[in-house]
Amino acid sequence: MFKLTLKQLSDKLQNSEISSQELSTYFLKRIQEKNAAINAFITIDEEKTIQQAKVADQLLSKGDSHVLTGIPIAQKDIFCASGWKTSCASKMLDNFISPYDAKVIENFNAIGAVNLGKTNMDEFAMGSSNETSYYGTVKNPWNLEYVPGGSSGGSAAAVAAGMAPAASATDTGGSIRQPASLCGLTGLKPTYGLVSRYGMIAFASSLDQAGPIAKTAEDCALLLNVMAGHDSRDSTSVDREKENYLEKIDLELKGKVIGLPVEFFNADLNHEIKEKLNAVIEVYKDLGVIFKEISLKNSDLSIPVYYVIAPAEASSNLSRYDGVRYGYRAENYHDLQDMYCKTREEGFGEEVKRRILIGTYVLSAGYYDAYYLKAQKIRRLIAEDFKNAFQECDLILAPSSPTSAFKIGDKTEDPVAMYMQDMYTISTNLAGLPAISNPAGFLNNMPIGFQLIGNYFEESKILNFSHQYQLRTNWHKEISPGAL
Amino acid sequence: MALSLEDIKKISQLAKININPEQEEIVLKKLKNILNLVEKMQSIDTEGVEPMSHALDISQPLREDKAMPSLNKEKYLKLSAKSNEDYFIVPQVIE
Repeated sequence: MFKLTLKQLSDKLQNSEISSQELSTYFLKRIQEKNAAINAFITIDEEKTIQQAKVADQLLSKGDSHVLTGIPIAQKDIFCASGWKTSCASKMLDNFISPYDAKVIENFNAIGAVNLGKTNMDEFAMGSSNETSYYGTVKNPWNLEYVPGGSSGGSAAAVAAGMAPAASATDTGGSIRQPASLCGLTGLKPTYGLVSRYGMIAFASSLDQAGPIAKTAEDCALLLNVMAGHDSRDSTSVDREKENYLEKIDLELKGKVIGLPVEFFNADLNHEIKEKLNAVIEVYKDLGVIFKEISLKNSDLSIPVYYVIAPAEASSNLSRYDGVRYGYRAENYHDLQDMYCKTREEGFGEEVKRRILIGTYVLSAGYYDAYYLKAQKIRRLIAEDFKNAFQECDLILAPSSPTSAFKIGDKTEDPVAMYMQDMYTISTNLAGLPAISNPAGFLNNMPIGFQLIGNYFEESKILNFSHQYQLRTNWHKEISPGAL
Repeated sequence: MALSLEDIKKISQLAKININPEQEEIVLKKLKNILNLVEKMQSIDTEGVEPMSHALDISQPLREDKAMPSLNKEKYLKLSAKSNEDYFIVPQVIE
């Protein structure tokens, strides 16, 4: 049953072949069997999960249901969920039981979906390998010696190991797409502002965006239908008419144009990944898609710009963790300042502290113009490159990650090497564009993905192109050894 | 703009994060590597470019100044390490 898509599970629930309680119990049991080895979940609460499943069963029996009613979904531990420990994988929030629901959680609750548990992640979503979690590294279900990617590594590993049929995730610089790529899944980062950030613990507010990780593009569309929508409690939430992301999924692609950025398909691109991308291009050509070279000439500045803007915003956002109102407070201190400084020294992990320090530095007197303002200006140049490119093409095709999954511990000593993991994903966050990672095959038995990047609010088109690809390939159907 | 140990001390104070003196050299080395990475920005001509602070050109939404349902005080005070009735308790600030 763990091999089934959301669509298939939904059919079983709607036809009363199975109840939500049975389905939820089945996945809870799989989590119990597998979590010790994979470490994808931080918190499981069987009682709460089953209680929600009972409510879902009532909705289903009354015929008062939504397509995802009764489906158990794993939630990234960055989303506040009322009564659930919500830790963001940090010692700082290890004792934090959320008193309210994030908008994403509210949306899932409103249609009777079931919260299956809270997934592991990099601490405060800062990382590309899930190795910065206070709760330990998540293992990649394709090979337990390898990382699952990050920061939504727990969400990706949970789905890849068949511990959950789908999961929520967030993406600030690639944190949905890179783990989806490294675990052989489909992961969609929507346009900035499409999904509310209310109750989603902040990392870099001008970049953070929530989205789904699932087996297929069709499942991502089903999840996005629930997740997206305006919310006045997030001042950057966009007020626009709700779309049905399944509506255009079956459209033909004949005559459509995909752009290939020359800056991504250069000599630096791993030649084996290039071969896989060429195979993807052939599938689309068979569907009548036309390919065109485009240029994103400032894309090599994305990582430098990101590592000014994201830490700057993080240093500001994370100033709230002071030991006063909630979360961790140091045990021994002699005055207020000492309490702040020790609480933050002891409560944050190394990578989080490093980013707060960099952010503090680039915002400090005398450096603001040289770093922060400069980065904001180049951010505009990067966004304009995309604007120009989309005058020539429908979507842009790119690698998702420069490599397949790497071994646990391989990059932990070199933050800069870790940062390069996001070289193909970060520019879309800076521009605020939607992008998806789809499975594209295997390198040394580990999955790799490819990205499709769209213009603002063109999630439907991205999902259409992804679905058409998945109808003609089987990479997304491969089952990891960790799931067996 | 070479980063020094003095800078590390200063920014750790600004960020309110203690750094163990034995760790200072290591922190300095890793922060220097990150600043080297971002240094590439300096060679780009950005004369006349408008800074971009937000992905979409939208303005701050406003609402009427009306009371709205807010959070339950008791529930929230309970989350604190130390609280008393209506207050969060912190070490004495004023002598």
